[in-house]
Amino acid sequence: MKEILADLNTWRAEGRQVALARVVNVEGSGPRDPGAAMAVSDNGDVIGSVSGGCVEGAVVAEALDILETGERRMVSFGYSDDEAFAVGLTCGGTIHLFIEPLDW
Amino acid sequence: MSELYDRLREAIVDERPVALATVIEGHNAGAKLVVEPDGDILGTLGHPELDRIVSRDAVGELAAGRTGVRHYGAEGQARETDVSVFIESFSPPPIMLVFGAVDFTAALARAGKLLGFNVIVADARSVFATVKRFPMADRVMVAWPDEVFDHYGDRLGPHDAVCILTHDPKFDVPAVQRAVATDVGYIGVMGSRRTHATRLERLHEVGVDQKGIDRLMAPIGLDIGSRTPEETAISVCAEIIANRTGHVAPSLRDSEGPIHRQPAEG
Repeated sequence: MKEILADLNTWRAEGRQVALARVVNVEGSGPRDPGAAMAVSDNGDVIGSVSGGCVEGAVVAEALDILETGERRMVSFGYSDDEAFAVGLTCGGTIHLFIEPLDW
Repeated sequence: MSELYDRLREAIVDERPVALATVIEGHNAGAKLVVEPDGDILGTLGHPELDRIVSRDAVGELAAGRTGVRHYGAEGQARETDVSVFIESFSPPPIMLVFGAVDFTAALARAGKLLGFNVIVADARSVFATVKRFPMADRVMVAWPDEVFDHYGDRLGPHDAVCILTHDPKFDVPAVQRAVATDVGYIGVMGSRRTHATRLERLHEVGVDQKGIDRLMAPIGLDIGSRTPEETAISVCAEIIANRTGHVAPSLRDSEGPIHRQPAEG
């Protein structure tokens, strides 16, 4: 989250609604460690990253939904041979994200 | 509303260690606790006993620089899993002390910045140790090693690095002497094998013991055939990473023969 702090401040100063997605757990091979973070603003701008680019698109969609509903939740992405996962990590690992509005 | 965020942000900007605990599963998902190393807290996870236990754990995680999920009972009980808490540690950037304002220093300082180090360049010669020559450094000190270690020595730990590039016994002997007296994770010393052999004699003379000598990565860097200051900086930084992670990479210290071999034909 450190890396996106400066941009987060700008967004907050501009009064934007922001959703924050943080990697909280990684099983098997994963590109980023717990603590990796990305943020999505209400107009769809993105800062930071939570994977090697594999799941960012899906995270943006989740984040925008969470901004709308205000419901924070866990979201997991795994290897894409499982039908349960629309978007997958090619590295074979599973990452668990906590996504929430930055309202604290 | 943004009190938690502001407290967290201030600590990070001021480069003070701080932990953020967030309930990610169970009752009160999203509840937060900002925890400082002395155990000071802001916020609540929903139950005072849970706050007490989590803040205690967060102080430990922070000291170890760890980030991860822990599970508790609703009132902080161990071996229960009602509540999952993500404890994120924010540590100040690691320190890289670079001794010697030489050609290699600028490149190493740049590479150090790339890796997120707080880079301090030090040399006793005021003509060379200038901000103009090392604008990428966080701090340029005109100082002898003693003064630098008086200031930073106690703050050095396993994630920090000392790189001694002076290859002048006037500077590098006192720098090594003081470096091995700290808990710093990496000590690299530049110079040819011959330079290091004579340096070892001097270090023995001033009383650096074998345990201290064994901590030195000298000649500095990995044996990847680097020649330019930039290539050397990469080999040093790669060695720092390998050293921290405990992975095996071919250090120049553990090989033999000339550091700069002629490239193979063809």
